[in-house]
Amino acid sequence: MSEILTVQNISHIYSAGTPFERAAVKNISLSVQEGEFVGLIGHTGSGKSTLVQHFNGLLKPTSGTVLVDGQDIHASKEATRRARFQVGLVFQYPEYQLFEETVYKDIAFGPRNMGLDEGEIDRRVRTAAQQVGLPEDALEVSPFDLSGGQKRRAALAGVFAMEPRLLVLDEPMAGLDPVGREEILQCIERFRRVSGAAVLFVTHSMEDAARVSDRLIVLNQGEILMQGSPAEVFSNSQALTAAGLDIPTVTRLFIELRRRGLPLSPAVYTVPQALAEILRLKNGGEGEVC
Amino acid sequence: MEKAIVSAENVTYTYPAEEGKQNHAALHDVTISVKQGEFVAVLGHNGSGKSTFAKHLNAILLPSGGAVYIDGMDTREEGLLLAIREKCGMVFQNPDNQIVATVVEEDVAFAPENMGVAPEEIRRRVDACLETVGMGEYKRHAPHLLSGGQKQRIAIAGVLAMEPSILVMDEPTAMLDPAGRREVMQTVARLNREKGITVILITHHMDEAAMAGRIIVMHEGEVALEGTPREVFARVEEIRRLSLLPPQTVDLLWHLRAQGFDLPLEALSVEECADVLEAFLKK
Amino acid sequence: MLKDITLGQFFPGSSLLHRLDPRAKLVAVVLFVVSLFISSSFWGYALCFLFLAWCVHISRISPKMILKSLRPLVIILIFTGVLNMLYTPGEAIFHFWIFNITKEGIFNAAFMIFRIVLLIAATSMLTYTTSPIALTDALERLLGPLKKLHVPVHEFAMMMTIALRFIPTLIEETDKIMSAQKARGADFDSGSLIDRAKALVPILVPLFVSAFRRADELATAMECRLYHGGEGRTRLNTLVMAPRDWGALAFMAAFCLLVMNAQRIAAVVL
Repeated sequence: MSEILTVQNISHIYSAGTPFERAAVKNISLSVQEGEFVGLIGHTGSGKSTLVQHFNGLLKPTSGTVLVDGQDIHASKEATRRARFQVGLVFQYPEYQLFEETVYKDIAFGPRNMGLDEGEIDRRVRTAAQQVGLPEDALEVSPFDLSGGQKRRAALAGVFAMEPRLLVLDEPMAGLDPVGREEILQCIERFRRVSGAAVLFVTHSMEDAARVSDRLIVLNQGEILMQGSPAEVFSNSQALTAAGLDIPTVTRLFIELRRRGLPLSPAVYTVPQALAEILRLKNGGEGEVC
Repeated sequence: MEKAIVSAENVTYTYPAEEGKQNHAALHDVTISVKQGEFVAVLGHNGSGKSTFAKHLNAILLPSGGAVYIDGMDTREEGLLLAIREKCGMVFQNPDNQIVATVVEEDVAFAPENMGVAPEEIRRRVDACLETVGMGEYKRHAPHLLSGGQKQRIAIAGVLAMEPSILVMDEPTAMLDPAGRREVMQTVARLNREKGITVILITHHMDEAAMAGRIIVMHEGEVALEGTPREVFARVEEIRRLSLLPPQTVDLLWHLRAQGFDLPLEALSVEECADVLEAFLKK
Repeated sequence: MLKDITLGQFFPGSSLLHRLDPRAKLVAVVLFVVSLFISSSFWGYALCFLFLAWCVHISRISPKMILKSLRPLVIILIFTGVLNMLYTPGEAIFHFWIFNITKEGIFNAAFMIFRIVLLIAATSMLTYTTSPIALTDALERLLGPLKKLHVPVHEFAMMMTIALRFIPTLIEETDKIMSAQKARGADFDSGSLIDRAKALVPILVPLFVSAFRRADELATAMECRLYHGGEGRTRLNTLVMAPRDWGALAFMAAFCLLVMNAQRIAAVVL
């Protein structure tokens, strides 16, 4: 597998040279493999929103380099522009960016900026709409007439239609109820399955991150606190709590049970895992595991 | 018996028909009563009617059928509007869109200023309310530079300055991060416990609802479930059917029951659940 | 970035100028401007300049900031100067094509420029030492009597307050929308003037939609906090004229008279 995104020692300093100077990102290196699903976790102010805006060249690092597909994205204007289309970035509350007369035109905005021909634009808009579960007839209505959840999905489709090789989403489920959250996660999964793109999604919900990610990166005060598989990261739940993050309730439950001397695994973060682990112990280490 | 301070009787509400759209009942025959000093959580997914219900409590919306009484005052009576809103304060989802002034203390003073309270009394209320929400040291700050949780606490202080008996909160934590949510929920719980303020919390977060004394689950404009958090959450199948997620503790116990083990479902907190599981595993 | 723009240009401080009642300051600035315009002598201008320099000194605001406030007006200053130079009749000292530059013209131009500079500097001093909110309050109070003539003074002040409150929020929002559209390949920096104007649509539409939504929510929130216009409204911080405020006003009135008669006094003294 090759690396689609490589970030080497980047730092970002806001208002450099003034009394308000503040480093939002400090010497961060990370990479995302082709087709990988990465969760980037951190509380508000941990620098995660600033960090992701470096991936498609919206922000230029004060120092360090960002490579997309092995190319330095700040090497030339063309390289930056290419990176913008290869790395699709969905901002927080993306429904607030909708502006066109129809949903179709709004989804077509990105592909049109890429200079694609009408036939290709049409194909992409319809594919993207399908991926986010918008019915065909919704394409011709004004985006402002959609329901809250549909608006969010239409905005996602606008980035999906650019067919990025890395999809970066900043808190894509913020403000939604459990049903809405699930829908968004499914949209992302569907896009990933069909396009084979890598996904990096930023969240402060450990539960969501753990459920879908192959790998987690935990950010704290502009630096990488830890990274690894969800099991590895959750085994170190003390550090997570210290970084102001909420660990899943089942993880807390298992910490409590371990404290009480029960030989359970520390790396439990979903209910099915917890169930399997309890049944394992109950049945003397063997027996049925879901 | 204590008297109900909020009482909604067979409330039905239909949104005004828009062109080309079918008008649907957002609330259907809802009867809810809340006693002085209670902490009630109204749960439901988007479109369940929970926010529409909240807007009836201080006459932002008026029932199409039935009636809402706040401390005995009928919300349909126009002359009582200010008195009802003074009694029943409302905090909204987006903290940015409810802060009026450019200085924290000026914002908290907004409601008492409108009420025509004397300046010295406004000063006393502003200082006291900011202390209550733990924002005393920020009174000279500009609100737009504060965090979401801090802004929402300012909004709460701004409502408390009316000295209401009821605090209605319409998804006050939906736009906040976990730390902000914790700040706001701790503040609300304390207000209820220490100041005896009646709290009606509209939310879709199970863990927030679990802090309440009573939960009302709404679904498609009707009251679907009602009871203490223990009672409500123990009904896992129904909760799922109402498009909500049960807390992980209860969910785990429910799965174990489904495997044929006889475990109680009423263990809501991590400690309670750990007690149950410890006993189960060491048996 | 848009975020870096400072708004209102208020520099908090605790100098005498900062502490004066905003109404007193507002009236004082008006008196100063009047002095400037009734003054026609070198001595009058000199007095005005010295007084303003003293104000800047005690306010502890850097003179650089005053110069900065003049920068956007350089073109107007030059224009005024040139016009005055060319169109003042009198003793010609320089002749070029159809233009006559006169001695009076040069004097006039210099005085006009000096007058405008002092005017701008004085009003800048007002905004530098007074928070926008205090200024709005002062305006509402000073214009209060106009309410009797059904001038919506309170509504105007409330609008100002809300505008001041929401400008930073909307600027931040503009920033965010711009970034989001750039992420979709929008290009704001190249193309013809028309292309660039068109490129603003994806920013302006969401911004307006959001501003209307905010306005709607804010209106509901204000009603829920019992807002019902200016009638019967009290204030947390009521403005009180302290003796020093009256003193400042008396001083300014005396200053005004002094400037008016500067020429005569100078003639007697010298």
